[in-house]
Amino acid sequence: MQNSYLMLGAALFAIGSFGLLIRRNPLVMFMCIELMLNAVNITFVAFSKQLDDVAGQAVVFFVLVIAAAEVVVGLGIIVAIMRRRPNVNADDLSLMKG
Amino acid sequence: MILQVLAQIPTDGVTAPLVEESTSRLVTPRIPWSYLTPQLILFLGAVIGVALVALLPKRLPKYLSALATVVLAAGTLVSIVPLWGRVGNAREGAISAWSGAIGVDRFGLFVTALICLAVLVTALFADSYLRREGLDGPEFYLLLMTAAFGASIMAISNDLIVLFVGVEILSISSYVLTAMHARRVTSQEAGLKYLVLGGFASAVLLYGLALIYGATGSTNLLQIQVFLSERVLTSDGLLLGGLGLMMAGFGFKVGAAPFHMWTPDVYQGAPTPVSGFMASAVKTAAFAGMIRVFVVGFGSAAELWRPIVFVMAVLSLLVGSIVSVVQSNVKRMLAYSSIAHAGFILLGVHSATERGTSAALFYLASYTAMALGSFGIVALAARRGEHLQKLSDLRGFATAHPGLALAFALLLFAQSGVPLTGGFIAKLGVIGAAVDQGDWALAVVAMITAVISTFMYLRIIVSMFFVGGGDHGEEPAGFEGPPVNVSWTSMVGLGIVVVATLFLGILPGTVKHWSNQAVVEMVRDSGR
Repeated sequence: MQNSYLMLGAALFAIGSFGLLIRRNPLVMFMCIELMLNAVNITFVAFSKQLDDVAGQAVVFFVLVIAAAEVVVGLGIIVAIMRRRPNVNADDLSLMKG
Repeated sequence: MILQVLAQIPTDGVTAPLVEESTSRLVTPRIPWSYLTPQLILFLGAVIGVALVALLPKRLPKYLSALATVVLAAGTLVSIVPLWGRVGNAREGAISAWSGAIGVDRFGLFVTALICLAVLVTALFADSYLRREGLDGPEFYLLLMTAAFGASIMAISNDLIVLFVGVEILSISSYVLTAMHARRVTSQEAGLKYLVLGGFASAVLLYGLALIYGATGSTNLLQIQVFLSERVLTSDGLLLGGLGLMMAGFGFKVGAAPFHMWTPDVYQGAPTPVSGFMASAVKTAAFAGMIRVFVVGFGSAAELWRPIVFVMAVLSLLVGSIVSVVQSNVKRMLAYSSIAHAGFILLGVHSATERGTSAALFYLASYTAMALGSFGIVALAARRGEHLQKLSDLRGFATAHPGLALAFALLLFAQSGVPLTGGFIAKLGVIGAAVDQGDWALAVVAMITAVISTFMYLRIIVSMFFVGGGDHGEEPAGFEGPPVNVSWTSMVGLGIVVVATLFLGILPGTVKHWSNQAVVEMVRDSGR
């Protein structure tokens, strides 16, 4: 039973990372990162149950807080860019190359 | 609930006083706050700073934030000195607090000292840079301090979760610092790239951490160490996967190939003092975390992760040196050279010995000075509006500003590893550590790539010192654009890094001795 939760976590993590690679909208890419972080949360809780150790569940709260902080900063940066160049996607951000 | 459980503990001779004391009130962990003075100064400095900025009148003297940052960083450095003695002597020794989540030892203190030096010099360079670019205000300095706080947490973490929290405090602060220059498109672009790729790397690191928690049953490095030493692991998929993912996450944070893609873009786009801070403090903290986790925590499973570090080291050395040669932007060249330097430091990590650790620390110390100085001079030479982009923009720099050009040349020679500079002793140390472990191949690759990167450093120096006709026979051009204004704060910062580079090269004994003493010691939480 626990293994299926681990599989779910792994699947969500994979979806998140593929989404990050495929999608070009900065906002969607950012959502993919959040999906990856929450996939890790599922993994932590599943392991916590499996090991009968509460520490794994405590970790989830830390990750939630960190994800929230990252959203605040990330949306700030994305909004700053969108304001200057509406409808920008990740492929347009290529001033620096080499 | 807690009180009931405690009351059931048999009151034999040893535990009796503890139980008597604790039945009367709630048990709280005893925290040795005095050992955390460096972190507390940085943290409270940032938090109180935010409150003061909000409460005080708007029109404060412009130099105040830089001054406060320099004073706090210097205060942190001073607070490390007595701790170094306390942690080192036999009676007290390294300590562990918060049920083993944090461990204060000489390794952590050494790294914290390096980070404080980076903050101090960055603040000195940033003062005139920010005023020139019209960005002056307290925000930059407050973020610098939170970043330094996160970095120093990484250096003393004994628990993977604490380490992750440190990584994120550092990373989130650096995302904002990178995107700080709101009017320059490149800065915003760099900020977004750093944010997306950094968030991805954090998630990968965290997933690795979860797998390691599943494989070992703990996130505490000491317990993981004990777990691994009690078992012979032949093929544990979870542990291997976790190690690989964590190594990828750390590889990203230190900017090692093949996880280096963000480095050139971010270093180029970020405000130049921030690039210097990232090359010095962020790299130092990430390597500190890497050494704590892998060399010490997973020390007994070294044969599992050493091949990964081997590949990362070779790739970083090759990519960093070869690609830097074909660059034309000065900041990009320095960014690629920082990738090559990460490869050298990985040599020390790869050896997985105490000698390797101390060689890596010495390398980080000398690279901190060289990187801060190099980016600082680029920040000065760029003038308002970032005139310095291409290598050819440096033409005639030596005639116009001989002092700055000489200092830049010295720092570049030091980066290439010329004797009598810190870079030479540092390279000698890590290559020695690799040879010590019989890694001849790695040592040979390191020496060959050192020669290749020397060519790149010479290109910069030649373009500064030799005015001559251009490649296509056009008229010799002088150093164009508005004059370079060197404020006295930048002079002080530059003085510190140049003296440090020469000092580390001519009299390396003292710092070498400190880096030898700076070993990671993981002890049980004694509740002291």
